[in-house]
Amino acid sequence: MKKIEAIIREEKLEAVKKALEENSYFGMTVSEVSGRGKQMGIPLQWRAGEYRVDLLPKLKIELVVLDEDVSVAVDAIIRNARTGETGDGKIFILPVESVVRVRTGDRDEGAI
Amino acid sequence: MPVSSGDTAWLLLSSALVMLMTPGLALFYGGMVRRKNILSTLMMSFVALGLVGVLWVLYGYSLSFGTDSGGFIGGLNFLGLMGVGQEPSTVYATTVPHLAFMIFQAMFAIITVALITGAVVERIKFSSLLVFSALWLTVVYCPVAHWVWGDGGWLLNLGALDFAGGTVVHINAGVSALALVLLLGRRRGFPGQAMEPSNIPLVVLGAGLLWFGWFGFNAGSALTAGGLASSAFVATNISAAMAAFTWMVISWLHRRPTVLGTVTGAVVGLVAITPAAGFVEPLAAIPIGGIAAIISYYGMLLLKMKLGMDDSLDVFACHGLGGIWGALATGIFATVAVNAGGADGLLLGNGMQLLKQLVGVVSVGGFAFVATWVLGKLVDVTIGLRVGETEEMVGLDISQHGERAYGGLLR
Repeated sequence: MKKIEAIIREEKLEAVKKALEENSYFGMTVSEVSGRGKQMGIPLQWRAGEYRVDLLPKLKIELVVLDEDVSVAVDAIIRNARTGETGDGKIFILPVESVVRVRTGDRDEGAI
Repeated sequence: MPVSSGDTAWLLLSSALVMLMTPGLALFYGGMVRRKNILSTLMMSFVALGLVGVLWVLYGYSLSFGTDSGGFIGGLNFLGLMGVGQEPSTVYATTVPHLAFMIFQAMFAIITVALITGAVVERIKFSSLLVFSALWLTVVYCPVAHWVWGDGGWLLNLGALDFAGGTVVHINAGVSALALVLLLGRRRGFPGQAMEPSNIPLVVLGAGLLWFGWFGFNAGSALTAGGLASSAFVATNISAAMAAFTWMVISWLHRRPTVLGTVTGAVVGLVAITPAAGFVEPLAAIPIGGIAAIISYYGMLLLKMKLGMDDSLDVFACHGLGGIWGALATGIFATVAVNAGGADGLLLGNGMQLLKQLVGVVSVGGFAFVATWVLGKLVDVTIGLRVGETEEMVGLDISQHGERAYGGLLR
């Protein structure tokens, strides 16, 4: 089992969600995060003059899938979150030791 | 003179309108600071309602409007509202109960003290602010109010015009703010670190309440409910509108028409028309408001971006510069056709009036700067003006008030 952590643009959530759902990955956790990378922030305006915000709002999607499903899920995310500009985000893939479904106590593959 | 029910109704309502400006100012300022300081910023304004609201009736009104002493300060004859009752005063607002005039003036003293706080947010120690505020009301506000509005005040006798407090409130607060900034220094992290406003919608709400309350401030200063109040009311609205729109355009030429800039423009327009509202034709508010926005916008850029002065919420650029321009503009655009108790200005061939206005600006500005610096220094060497480094980093909400603005884990 692997956990996919994808940092994406806020406006890409709906497309990514839909694509994952079409590939039968329904469960996920989404959080609002701030981060920085090659995009190097954006300029905003005060009352007079400008300032630079380097931590930009992004969304983090977390989902856990079977090892063999990783590439399908990651491809679905990449295809739908990409604009080609800096700031499209990153995907991290981590090993998962165990999964437990709270309602039933089911473990691992049965709990994904 | 008998009490006029119309005038009394208008002045009491105006007092309530001006009262609402202080919570409005609290929101206007509060939304502009970082999340960790929002409550402390709201508190700095709101507490003026508590502190000045009491000191004013005990002695503030008397020092401002009591029997004149050499043109510089009022006497102690109204101490504890002695002799201030339901009968009209013989010299001030003679058609309304003296109490109504007194409470109307109280609201001005309250908001003037609150205005200064915008310059010192996010780093001043709350207890020190309270001590400073009480001293400032006594040593700076009361004398200046007496000079300009008190019977026998030297600027009043000179003929300097200030309809609703361009000098007493705005220049006074704006210049004092500047003196405090020099004493207190910059916030940690300024100017390198972007200090983003935490809640611009609150700023918009605050600006809306200020605009609304300002009708009481300016039109109420007619002290009667007739043509003069109406004229001042209209001039006030025109100036706010013109300045808001002008600021938006400048901001747009720069990059984008920002909301924060547009509502700031409205407030600057209100500041600038304050001394002039009841002395100029309403349409004079178009140049007064428009030019105010330009002066304040570039003043802000110069002070903050170029000189690196951390007048955190731009009190000097908005109220100091806006007030100075408004005072001078009164000397340019004034006409006795609007107010027989006023004077003609430069455009009607009376250049002397502009000179008198300049005397008002320089004397009040100079006095406020020096006196504030001395009072601030006094507080600094005794109890310290500034919070400690850790307190500042954690934020004043927690360190000064033991509260946080947005509590609870669940959304």
